[in-house]
Amino acid sequence: MTNSAFLRLAYNTRAAARGHEELDPLEFDDLVREKAKLVEMDPAFLERSVNDGFSGGEKKRNEILQMAILEPKLAILDETDSGLDIDALRVVAGGVNALSGPDNAIVMVTHYQRLLDYIVPDYVHVMADGRILKTGDRSLALELESRGYDWVTGPAGARRAA
Amino acid sequence: MAVVPDIAGGERASQPFAALGEGPSRAPAAWVSALVSRARDALPRLSLPTTGEEAWRFTDLSGLARESWRPVVSPGAVDAAAVDALLIDEARASRLVFIDGVYSPGFSDTRGIGDGLGVAPLAQALRADESGVRAQLGRLVGGDVDLFSALNTAALGEAAVVNVARGARGRAPIHLLFIGTDRAPASAVQPRLLLLAGEHSAVTVIEEYVSLGEGRGFTNAVTEAVIGENAELSHIRLQGEGAAAWHVGRVAVELARDARYAGVCIASGARLSRLDLAVRLGAPGARATVDGLALLDGRQHADSHTLLDHASADATSRQLYKSVCDGASHSVFDGRIVVRRDAQRTDSAQQSRGLLLSARAQINAKPQLEIFADDVKAAHGATVGQLDADELFYLQSRGMPAAQARRLLTYAFAAEVVERVPVRSLVQRLRARILERTGLATVETGR
Repeated sequence: MTNSAFLRLAYNTRAAARGHEELDPLEFDDLVREKAKLVEMDPAFLERSVNDGFSGGEKKRNEILQMAILEPKLAILDETDSGLDIDALRVVAGGVNALSGPDNAIVMVTHYQRLLDYIVPDYVHVMADGRILKTGDRSLALELESRGYDWVTGPAGARRAA
Repeated sequence: MAVVPDIAGGERASQPFAALGEGPSRAPAAWVSALVSRARDALPRLSLPTTGEEAWRFTDLSGLARESWRPVVSPGAVDAAAVDALLIDEARASRLVFIDGVYSPGFSDTRGIGDGLGVAPLAQALRADESGVRAQLGRLVGGDVDLFSALNTAALGEAAVVNVARGARGRAPIHLLFIGTDRAPASAVQPRLLLLAGEHSAVTVIEEYVSLGEGRGFTNAVTEAVIGENAELSHIRLQGEGAAAWHVGRVAVELARDARYAGVCIASGARLSRLDLAVRLGAPGARATVDGLALLDGRQHADSHTLLDHASADATSRQLYKSVCDGASHSVFDGRIVVRRDAQRTDSAQQSRGLLLSARAQINAKPQLEIFADDVKAAHGATVGQLDADELFYLQSRGMPAAQARRLLTYAFAAEVVERVPVRSLVQRLRARILERTGLATVETGR
């Protein structure tokens, strides 16, 4: 099944659930081409099978495209930056920035500060073993980058958090 | 129901079919009559296979033997519009249509087959090239292989013959369409096909079995395919008979040097179907791709036994077989690969994958590798399972309801085989059939 057929199916399922108008293939094609520009995706991708032979970067762009079309209230982006080169990272981050707004929430999971050069988070939480150990703003991420995770998760860190 | 006299084993078992190997021969030539006679002579020695035999362990024919089968006397009436709906766009002018096993000149059209191709019923094919047909008919499947081959050969008179001259290339795919009607109860048809691809030729043949109606009756088909040096045969075999049908088929293929065979066999119809497909890779450079799909529901049973016989060095085979079983259906795949002692540098890979959609469905997959050469690549894998939980989650996380996600993944699983069919409109029709079976009919899958 092609990426665009899958997306249309998902889009129309969401549209029906929200009481919106469903789109026919031509209308949907216009929408998807518009949104594909956001992640600088070659329209040829839309005609390929879902995730079949996609590189790491292509999968990530595709996920942002899915987000742009399905407009979820809550999105969890798990290691969206892994395996991306700088250019791809910039594109993916640009997409996330364009899609975040007052009506939705995006939770990004990452091990590195690098992504946060492009996407400025409202909150930074440090999580270990299923618990949030520390909460702050962007400066927390920068501090983590210079001091390492041991600062929060090590025995001393754990005591401090408690 | 027939009353079967309680007499000695073999005779008792073949009794339900006795009427199929009797009566005046319809053979159009003396040498065909000789084939018929040999098969009729062999019949008393051949008995109906039982589940006590390894090759029939999972397929019980006792229901088939409860009828007393008769040949079709006259074909049932068919509606022209219903036949038209079965035609394939690319093959509208390259088709032979058989109604209840009887050639129908009115529904056939061979004006578009192109130069160097003969597509004709047997009598006509003999007029065009008797020596070529004579050299091959009955050679790969004689009248003594098993009961069903013998019955088919014993009734030989009609056949669909595709005869491609040296170097000729088929412009359009050739559609050999066998339509069953709701004819007299307990009547059997025994289609016979001969596909000859001369040296350096290329042709696509669609062998299709369908029913107009519930498909009561028994189809016992035999196909022989001989592919010459550097020739290429693409063979699509579609068994989509009605829910009451019994279907037994045998396909035998022989490949010469550098010859290529690409087979896609799809079984989605009949209450019980069995296909025995054997490919002999008889010379270096031969390449066979043998793909299959069983798409089953309700109480359907489909059994596919394949044999890839690497009889020569430097030949290649690839195989993908998939089963999708819903309801209380049952799919059997037995894939045997033989690499003979001199078949060095054989490159062979087989994969079978089964998808169980219900707790009552059953799949038996049995890869068999018999390797007697020592420099061989032979990979095989067999899996049977349910839909992948991660894939379901992926779709659900994109807002798709669970039921829809299951249907979509089922479709994608089956479509992998369908995509290998080299006839565009047929791919679309087969996709639609899968969508219908999976309840996804409203989705356009594009491409």
